[in-house]
Amino acid sequence: MAEKQYDWSAIAKNPKFVELHRKKTTFLVGWWVFSTVFYFLLPIGAAFAPGLFKIKIFGRINFGYLFALSQFFVSWGIAMYYAHVANKDFDRLTRELVEELK
Amino acid sequence: MRKLITALTLALSLGSFAFAAEPAKQATGTAAAPAMTAPAATQAAPAVPAAPMTAKAATTAPEQKKSFKANPVVTIPIFLIIIGVTMMVVVWSAKRTKSAADFYTAGGGITGTQNGWAIAGDYMSAASFLGISGLIALYGYDGFMYSVGWLVAYITVLLIVAEPCRNAGKYTLGDILSFRTEPKPVRAVAALSTVTVSTFYLTAQMVGAGKLMQLLIGIPYKTAIIGVGILMVGYVVFGGMTATTWVQIIKAGLLMTGAFLLSVLVAAKSGFSPLRFFNDIATSPNIIEHVQKVVLKDPLPVPGFDYGQRFLEPGLFLKQPLDQISLGMALVLGTAGMPHILMRFFTVPTAQAARKSVIVAMFIIGFFYILTTLLGFGAALHVTPQEISKVGKGGNMAAMMLAQQLGGDVSPFLGDLLLAFLCAVAFATILAVVSGLVLAASAAIAHDIYVNVIKDGHADQHEQVMAARVTSLCVGAAGIMIGIAAEKSNVAHLVALAFAVASSGNLPVVVMSLFWKKFNTAGVISGLVVGTVASIALVMVSPNMTYPKKVAADAQKTVTVLEKKQAEGGSLTDKEMKDLAKAKADYAANKDGKSMLGLDAPLFPLKNPGILSIPLGFLAAIIGCLAFPSRRSEEMFDEIYVRQNTGIGIAKAVDH
Repeated sequence: MAEKQYDWSAIAKNPKFVELHRKKTTFLVGWWVFSTVFYFLLPIGAAFAPGLFKIKIFGRINFGYLFALSQFFVSWGIAMYYAHVANKDFDRLTRELVEELK
Repeated sequence: MRKLITALTLALSLGSFAFAAEPAKQATGTAAAPAMTAPAATQAAPAVPAAPMTAKAATTAPEQKKSFKANPVVTIPIFLIIIGVTMMVVVWSAKRTKSAADFYTAGGGITGTQNGWAIAGDYMSAASFLGISGLIALYGYDGFMYSVGWLVAYITVLLIVAEPCRNAGKYTLGDILSFRTEPKPVRAVAALSTVTVSTFYLTAQMVGAGKLMQLLIGIPYKTAIIGVGILMVGYVVFGGMTATTWVQIIKAGLLMTGAFLLSVLVAAKSGFSPLRFFNDIATSPNIIEHVQKVVLKDPLPVPGFDYGQRFLEPGLFLKQPLDQISLGMALVLGTAGMPHILMRFFTVPTAQAARKSVIVAMFIIGFFYILTTLLGFGAALHVTPQEISKVGKGGNMAAMMLAQQLGGDVSPFLGDLLLAFLCAVAFATILAVVSGLVLAASAAIAHDIYVNVIKDGHADQHEQVMAARVTSLCVGAAGIMIGIAAEKSNVAHLVALAFAVASSGNLPVVVMSLFWKKFNTAGVISGLVVGTVASIALVMVSPNMTYPKKVAADAQKTVTVLEKKQAEGGSLTDKEMKDLAKAKADYAANKDGKSMLGLDAPLFPLKNPGILSIPLGFLAAIIGCLAFPSRRSEEMFDEIYVRQNTGIGIAKAVDH
C-alpha cells in the first residue's frame, strides 16, 4: 500500500508540466472571464438597456428572449469546446508527463 | 439485521403515507389558518425560487375558492412505486457499502455519465421546477431570465473546481483545504461551514416539502416531514453515496420525462411553431388583463400599449438590478462552493470523468430550464394567470395545473395521471436533494471532525463507517426536527443564504488553496469565518427579515383605505371586512415591534448579500495569510499543484 514518493518540486519544474500548466491557465481563465462577462450582460442589459431587449426579431419573439436563450447555447458551446481541447491537448500532455515519471 | 432495519424503515414510511390519507380532509381547512398570522404573508415578492412556495402557502389561506388536489387513487400507487424502487436500490447498495470510501463516494466507482445525471438530480430542487415555471407563468420573461444563472454557474464548476477537486480531495471540503495547512483547525472550520450551508438548504427543502405534500395530496405537514425524513435517513444510513446517487439519477430521469412530455403537449397546442406560440401568448386576453391589472396595476388600459407583448419583456418581476446582479454572483460562484456538489466529484474515478459529469449535467440542467419556458408560458396561456394565482400567489402550482388541464383535455383520467406523475416527481426531487445534503453534512461531521480531529485519523474502516452511519442518523433526525419547528417561519431567504455562504465562505478558500502558493491556515480560517459571518450578518439586517414597523405601516394603509370607503357610505364585502379586521390586528400586533436584531428598517438594502460578502470573503482570506505567512504551506504548493493538474497519487477507484 506504500505510495510512490514523488519529488513534487522537480515535477513542477519539468518543461512538460510547465507547458501543461501555462496552456491550461490561459485557456481556463480566459474562457471563465468570457462566460462570466457574457452572463452578467443579461441582468445588466435587462436593467439598463430595456429598449434593446424589446426589439422584436421574429414575429413576437424579441431580442431579450433570444439573448437569454443564447446563454444556454453559449454555455454548452464553451463546455463542449473545453472538453474537446482537454481531451485532445491537456490529457495528452498529462499522460506523457505521467509516463515520463514512471 | 440490516435487512430487518431496512424493512422496518420501509414499513414505517409506507405507514405514514397510508395514515396520512385519513386526517387529511379536516386538516386542509385548519392547517392553512395559522399560516395567516405568519409574518411571511406580508413579505414582498421573494427573490429565490424557493420563496414563492412559502409565500403561497401563507397567502392561499384567506380565500380558498378553488381546491386543487391530486387524485389519491392514482397518486398513492405512483408514490408507492417510487418508494419501492428506491428502497430496492437501498437494499442493493447497502450490500456494497463496507468501507468509508464506499459510504462517502460509492468507492469512486460512479461513471461520468451517471454522475452527470446525479449532479442534475442533486441540483434541480422542487423549487426550481415549480418555482421557475410559476414565475414565468405570472411574470413572463423575468422568470426565464432568472433561470439562466443556475446553469451558467456550472461553467465555474467545470473550468475552475471540478477536476482539481477530484485530483486533490478524498471525501470532503475539509480534505481539499487541509492539504497544506494545519489539518485540525482547518477541518473543524470547514466542517462547520459545510454543516451551516447544508442546514440552511435542508431547512428550506424540508419546509417546502411539507407544504407541498400538504397542498397536493393533503398529507398533514408533520406527517409529510416525518415521512420524507425517514426515507432520506434510510437512503443515507443504509445505502450511503451509492443509494443517494441512484435516487438522484432516478429523480433526474423522472423530472426530465415529466417536463418533456408536458412540453410536447404545450408545443402541440400551438402546432409546434414557436412563432405561433409567442403570438398566442402576446394576444391572450387573460394574459393582457393580468399584466394590465395585476402586474402593472393600471386601472384602465393605456390606449395603444401592448400589454401582451410586455409579458415577454424584462422588468415585471426583477425590479432591482443591483440585487439581481448580487444574486447572479452568488449563483455563479456559490454553486462551485456547495459542499454537496463538491462531494459529487469524489465519486468518480478520474478528472476526466469529473469533467464529463459536469458537461452531462450542464446539458440536462440547461435543457430542463429551456423546457420550463414552455411549461411556464404554456401555463399562462392555457391555465391562465388568474386561475394560477387563485391557487397560490407565487404560482408554484402552475406546472401541476397545466399537467392536469392538458391531460384532462384528452381524458380526465389522463389529467389525473399526469398530475400524479408530476406530484411523484416533486416528491422524488425533494428526497434526492435532501439525501445529498444529509450525506454532505454527515461526511463533514464524521470524516472531518470525528475521524480526523477527535481520533487523529486513527479509526479503522468499521469504525469510520459506523461513525458515518450514526452521524447521518443524527443529521437526519435534526433535519426532521428543524423542519417541524420551522413550519410557520419564513424560510424564503434560506436558499439565497446557502448560496451566499457557499460563494463568500467556501469558494474563495477552495480556489486559493488550489491556485495560490502563499495560501495557508490563517487564510483558510479567516476567509471561511469572515465570508460566512458576513453573509449571515448582511441577510439578518436585509429586507429578508420581517420589520414589524413596516408591517404595521402597511396594515395602517389598508385600514385607512377601507375605513374611508366605509365612511363614504360604501358597504364592504365580506372579504373586505375580513381584510379590515386582519389589518387592524396586524397593526396592533406590530406597531411597537422590532426585527429580530432590534431594527426598525433594513440596514442593508439588498436581499442578496453576495455583491458585498464575496469580496469580503476573498479579502479576508488574502489578508489572513499575508499577516501570518507559513513556509510549509508554500513549500507544499508544488505538491498540490502537480497533483491537481495531473492526478498523480490519487486514491484508486475500488472495484465492486
